[in-house]
Amino acid sequence: MRVGRILSVVVATAIALLLVVGIWEGYKWVGQQTGDYWPGTSIDLPASTDDLTMPHAADIAEELFEEVRDGRARLPLFLFLLKKGWFTLQEAAIGFTLGLTVGLGLAILMLRWRVAERGLLPWINVSQTVPLIALAPIVVTWGRQQDLPDMLSISLIAAYLTFFPVAVSALRGLQSPDSDHVELMRSYAAPWWTVLVKLRLPAARVYLFPALKIAATLSVVGAIVGEISIGTKTGLGRAILEYAQRYAVSPERLYASVIGAAVLGLLVFGLISLAEWIVVRRTGEVTS
Amino acid sequence: MSNPVLAEKAVVVDGVDKVFNVGSDSEVAALSDINLTVEAGEFISLIGPSGCGKSTLLRLIGDLLAPTTGALTVFGKSAHEARLDQDYGMVFQHSGLFDWRRVLANIELPLELRGWSKADRSARSAEMLELVRLEDFGGHYPRQLSGGMQQRVSIARALSFQPKLLLMDEPFGALDEMTREHMQLELLRIWRETHTTVVFVTHSVPESAFLSNRVVVLSPRPGRIHSVVDVDLGERSDDTRQDPAFFAKATEIREALRAVEGGG
Repeated sequence: MRVGRILSVVVATAIALLLVVGIWEGYKWVGQQTGDYWPGTSIDLPASTDDLTMPHAADIAEELFEEVRDGRARLPLFLFLLKKGWFTLQEAAIGFTLGLTVGLGLAILMLRWRVAERGLLPWINVSQTVPLIALAPIVVTWGRQQDLPDMLSISLIAAYLTFFPVAVSALRGLQSPDSDHVELMRSYAAPWWTVLVKLRLPAARVYLFPALKIAATLSVVGAIVGEISIGTKTGLGRAILEYAQRYAVSPERLYASVIGAAVLGLLVFGLISLAEWIVVRRTGEVTS
Repeated sequence: MSNPVLAEKAVVVDGVDKVFNVGSDSEVAALSDINLTVEAGEFISLIGPSGCGKSTLLRLIGDLLAPTTGALTVFGKSAHEARLDQDYGMVFQHSGLFDWRRVLANIELPLELRGWSKADRSARSAEMLELVRLEDFGGHYPRQLSGGMQQRVSIARALSFQPKLLLMDEPFGALDEMTREHMQLELLRIWRETHTTVVFVTHSVPESAFLSNRVVVLSPRPGRIHSVVDVDLGERSDDTRQDPAFFAKATEIREALRAVEGGG
């Protein structure tokens, strides 16, 4: 039965992928027939369909196997992206861990002191309205003054995106045990800390995992945006920036690197889903 | 405040009032002038219409709530001391099991909090599983069990550290009739085997008559003790349910309830 489930996921993914390629190529074909107008009208299509704006899906796929320069060496684009992605993944992982720690810490603080909840929660919400692009140079400037490596500054930027969903959902989860459970622990004269460890934290897991999936993908986004705004010499963000500048020459490369970023996001999403399955599903708990 | 005379008594409720939200617009008098003594080893039921404060009284005994006036003692100690010493076990209407713990780990929770060693915990939880006749389900998660089985686990958990007092808040309220009757018999067997004192909140007349030595009938808003019905039906079995003496007692309790509802 488990094999069947994995198989159905694989099939669904393949169908979804084919569907995207089909829509992409279908749209392109229609545009090519009508000269970029909606069929039968003289209204412009939202995006033109020439090979520069919308390269063929097959060309993008082919580009993945083209050789590119990496320092002195030459290697296929997909390997190059994998190498850069590995670097970005490390930044994202550090950022994710930092964000998780800070988010959980804030949630526990807000749980312990209602005053902290009233005082902190609005600021936590406001924090996410600051545009990341504006924040990134500030973080880097501060980081360089403190002799932090740029990689860590990027992780900090990733953490900035990550801590938010963790803090909000962890607080909800920590507050989720119903009065029976809380009274039970009170009847055992359990101190606050014990209630946290034995009751509130385990109860919060069901709330935490959906947020962790969002946080993990956000940490990748944060790392890439951080790389782009800092101007690092390596990483997936750097590759995207470079290929964006050379878009007129080979648009396929930019698309390929964007696919690389998407795959990285899917990978971390998958890793957290796996962790969720191991920790939560097998106990028969209902996930929200 | 240990008192040698009171030490024979499991619970003494002395002139207790409970008012919620004192001084605010939403002030509610939940209980008024409650005096009640529960003898050690007794099975006593609290019954009354909803809003009569029977659950509140149970929580006062367990020191989960503090009385507005009056005092409560449990085995000669203040209710507060008794809670800190974990002199009682508690069973709720919804079993209150932790979904993420297997049945055995749920039963061992209070032992874990008391710092028992792993070997001692395992030995006791196995014993408890046997007591509630769920030997084959120790490795299951609560969600894999029926409502009645979950409630048995909850009872096993409450008794695992062998408290002298068991506080039960409508524990069978969410069960179907057949399971409920079966659980009542099981509870009486466990009560006899463990010599525990039980304070049992219910809104079912036959249940209170079937289980108890005494039934305390409460009137609503504010909750007062209307009457206390002594029930002496000897050893209970399924046949007791067809016994005319049982019907007579149920009728007596029902009439007391009608009186408080009519007058309330």
